[in-house]
Amino acid sequence: MALTAVDVASLARLARIELSEAELEVLAPQLDVILESVARVSEVAAQDIPPTSHALPLTNVFREDELRPSLSREQVLSGAPAAEQLRFRVPRILGDEA
Amino acid sequence: MTLQQGAAAEIIRLTAVDLATKIKSRELSAVEATRTHLDRIADVDGEIHAFLYVDGERALASAGRVDAKIAAGEMVGPLAGVPLALKDILTYTGAPTTCGSKILEGWLPPYDATVTRRLLDHDIVILGKTNLDEFAMGSSTENSAFGPTRNPWDSDRIPGGSGGGSAAAVAAFEAPLAIGTDTGGSIRQPAAVTGTVGVKPTYGGSSRYGLVALASSLDQPGPCARTVLDAALLHQVIAGHDPCDSTSIDQPVPDVVGAARSADVAGMKVGVVSELGGEGYAPGVEQRFNEAVELLASLGAEIIEVSCPHFVYALPAYYLILPAECSSNLAKFDGMRFGLRVGDDGVASAEQVMAATREAGFGAEVKRRIIIGTYALSSGYYDAYYGQAQKVRTLISRDFDKAFADVDVLVSPSTPITAFKIGEKVDDPLAMYMNDLCTIPSNLAGNASASFPVGLAPEDGLPVGLQVMAPPLADDRLYRVGAALEAALESAWGGSLLDRLPDLGAVR
Repeated sequence: MALTAVDVASLARLARIELSEAELEVLAPQLDVILESVARVSEVAAQDIPPTSHALPLTNVFREDELRPSLSREQVLSGAPAAEQLRFRVPRILGDEA
Repeated sequence: MTLQQGAAAEIIRLTAVDLATKIKSRELSAVEATRTHLDRIADVDGEIHAFLYVDGERALASAGRVDAKIAAGEMVGPLAGVPLALKDILTYTGAPTTCGSKILEGWLPPYDATVTRRLLDHDIVILGKTNLDEFAMGSSTENSAFGPTRNPWDSDRIPGGSGGGSAAAVAAFEAPLAIGTDTGGSIRQPAAVTGTVGVKPTYGGSSRYGLVALASSLDQPGPCARTVLDAALLHQVIAGHDPCDSTSIDQPVPDVVGAARSADVAGMKVGVVSELGGEGYAPGVEQRFNEAVELLASLGAEIIEVSCPHFVYALPAYYLILPAECSSNLAKFDGMRFGLRVGDDGVASAEQVMAATREAGFGAEVKRRIIIGTYALSSGYYDAYYGQAQKVRTLISRDFDKAFADVDVLVSPSTPITAFKIGEKVDDPLAMYMNDLCTIPSNLAGNASASFPVGLAPEDGLPVGLQVMAPPLADDRLYRVGAALEAALESAWGGSLLDRLPDLGAVR
């Protein structure tokens, strides 16, 4: 399969990680080895096997829709890297062309 | 050694049960017990680095409250006043929760995890937070952004991971109890390589609320201790239904304490998993494991060889399912609502800030797994990787179901090898993943599983663990087997395995 540094760069973009050139060079062969090894799951012929996403056979869990105390706005914002006017302050979210 | 040093050495070696008894009878105060453990941490943690954070003042204050309650004749929990080390992936207000990551360095959580709440409600004294591989991804603690923990048996070696800090703290007599979390073996593998007891409850047996998620369908908090009964008492405290975790099981906690006290395996059917042994397993690991199985037979257990043919696919399936879940769970570390933010210069977009933050904040292993997860979930690859891994998960659960139709528990070595040298495997991720070979099947199936010490490998003098696996909600069987082994081995050895722990560096 041979995963290239270019492939890894595009996956990293999807995952929002700005990898350096040096990291791409190290990661690509490592990831290739790992992916080749995990690809063994396809050896198990399993057309009729249902997938398991979860260990417990749980259906939806419901509760009464009642008012409960929650964290204050100050508590919620206490760990924020930047806050203004009791809100999260974020970098610009629209492009220049917008 | 002065009289005072002698008393301190005795206090740190007490079991949690004995400590609690002495505290309750006011033979020893909780404050004194706590101070003695804080002194021990001050003495040895420079070398071991089990803790990322210790708050002595707060621990002493809560110990003082326990003493006051006891003096006033109030009801207290069965482990009241006993010090504990909490893995730094569970929230505890007033202390930073870092998950061993730079991205959360110094983050103060606004709420307590349910496990933390239960510890506090049961009058247990939290000493501090323990080191781990970043976001619990690893088998050695070498992936911690804050430096590795060292194995108390040999400080050149790893203490296991991800919960190496919790296991090392317990093994080094820095705390009699600790909390770990187990996603693919992060409680059991460190227990095995440090000569301690570690239990992964049935998935849903203990609450994940306030546990920073790695892989939500696999993560499970559980007890770490030096004795089986201590682990059972801690299990009893933290387990049970929690409405805040919708995957928590709404059924009574199995009688783990009663099972640990009974220590009776007569007539029990014990299955040895034939796939978990042989090539790749250290001779000393196999030797101690086989001796322990013979010991169980001599105690009246019936030993049966069992085949679980799909277990060989557990490791590859796990390293698809875990990255897939972790790549989604860790998406929340985007530099917007908590933790690190990098590159917010007023010009860069939110997306650029996210990418720069995650690049600076995550370590190499976290990046590897997020990228594998992103790949496995990509359209075009989904069916071949993630979809197929989920089918393997079904096949592994069926192997267990079939086995548990014939036997009460399954056993295997907890790890293929003993503790390796720090640095030995950091550049070979796949070799590192092999450490979890034996422990992963239980996480995929969601059943109960534990590691108990069964001796030192003759070739290197390092601890070996035996893994016991039991059906979902039969956690009590783990303790029955563990306690039987512990009693028989300690009578053969004339003491506990940790009595043979080498003296740790500093002397007060």
